[in-house]
Amino acid sequence: MTDGHDSAYDGLLEHHTVTDDSQWAFGTDFEDPLAGVDTTIPDGVDARTLGAYCLMLGDDALVYSHRLSQWTSNAPDLEEDIALANIALDLLGQARLLLARAAAADPDLVPVLPVGSPVPPEDALAFFRDESAFRNVRFVEPGNGDFAVTVARLLVFSTHRLALLQRLATSSDSVLSAIAAKGVKEVTYHRDYAARWFLTLAHGTEESRRRLLAAMVLVWPLYDELFRTHPVERTVAEQGVGVDPATTADEVHVVLEQVFSVSGIDRPDVPPTGPVSGGTGRDGRHTEDMGRLLAELQVVARAHPRGLW
Amino acid sequence: MVSPTDARAVASRVTDPEMPMLTLEDLGVLRDVEVEGDVVTVTITPTYSGCPAMATMRDDLVHTLRDHGYADVRVRVSLQPAWSSDWITERGRRALVDHGVSAPGAAPGHVGPVALTLTPTRRTVHCPRCGSGGAELTSEFGPTACTAIYRCPACLEPFEHVKEI
Ligand SMILES: [Zn+2]
Repeated sequence: MTDGHDSAYDGLLEHHTVTDDSQWAFGTDFEDPLAGVDTTIPDGVDARTLGAYCLMLGDDALVYSHRLSQWTSNAPDLEEDIALANIALDLLGQARLLLARAAAADPDLVPVLPVGSPVPPEDALAFFRDESAFRNVRFVEPGNGDFAVTVARLLVFSTHRLALLQRLATSSDSVLSAIAAKGVKEVTYHRDYAARWFLTLAHGTEESRRRLLAAMVLVWPLYDELFRTHPVERTVAEQGVGVDPATTADEVHVVLEQVFSVSGIDRPDVPPTGPVSGGTGRDGRHTEDMGRLLAELQVVARAHPRGLW
Repeated sequence: MVSPTDARAVASRVTDPEMPMLTLEDLGVLRDVEVEGDVVTVTITPTYSGCPAMATMRDDLVHTLRDHGYADVRVRVSLQPAWSSDWITERGRRALVDHGVSAPGAAPGHVGPVALTLTPTRRTVHCPRCGSGGAELTSEFGPTACTAIYRCPACLEPFEHVKEI
């Protein structure tokens, strides 16, 4: 059998000469994650609106992936370290496909880089946009806090995203429907993971329960924003290509209620975080945590816009 | 010069970078090999959205086919239908077990909203080393995206189980 992996280092030696153009430092070096996928815009769908919508779902995944990846080497034990890194990786994969889809639908979204830069469009979107151009919900921005905060936020986020992706799997855009159908399988595992830990912390020790209750108070103020319909989301829903998040609210409520009731934990009575200057995350208005998160995510890429490995 | 059967045979021997006991064909990642004139077009699909091995798979396919005289090799990505662990072949399942990795059971079918499971997933898992049943789930997330970690109560060894998706 011809096995190209006798040594883990074989690949490092030979790949440069063959696919030099694909060795940009920050990608996973498959030049186009949608290579060969038909990215024709479906009839009756506005390309710019579709691009803006893909950016929203892609940014949710990208920002939350980066946040979760900060647990790597910091989690309470090795199993949780690996689990959170895996969840972050799944979301990063979804982000990459969604940002590539956004760039293909509306090339004007992609920041202009120096001539000769090898950075692919989805990476330009991830690393070279300023904070106000990000369209993620603010829910995914705050720091991880302790493990209880992470579990509470992951439970809500994955419940919301699973409900969204399930509906998106019937999108008239074949690329979005494919990304969604694949994401459903992944996020099912994320939600189960978070729900089981939620239960464990709720019925664990006095201390774990106290921390979980405190976590709910921290996480809850940004809950409502997950279901607030942005004009872009309304339009894509009307065109049959996207999902109005308000339509997922009841299902998300019911699933969370299952977890909360078994855990003996009530939704906290805290007021929702209001809009900033009339806008929320989907309008490019973010929390204080967002700037620091992006600085960490983007600093190396921005210092080397022509970087090659 | 080139025939479709040969190109398919060559491509089907390329192994997975993360689980080299499996060929891409055995893993169900190799979806299609087409030959038109001098151009070979290979279609692969990712196991998980964030699969970091896609580029290596692409390079390995290109290298291997070039070594066998196919100069113009193009690799395309197929996203639909999404990869399922059901696509791992019988030969692939035997290779997994031979290398200490437990093979997946049948993938869950989804009709309607996905149900929440608050108790650990129940699977019939046998230890790939000693064959004992009753292995305990350590974590649903293993060293690669597609595996969970179990521990055998008889021989006490930990092992990976390819998850059903
Ligand atoms: Zn055993």
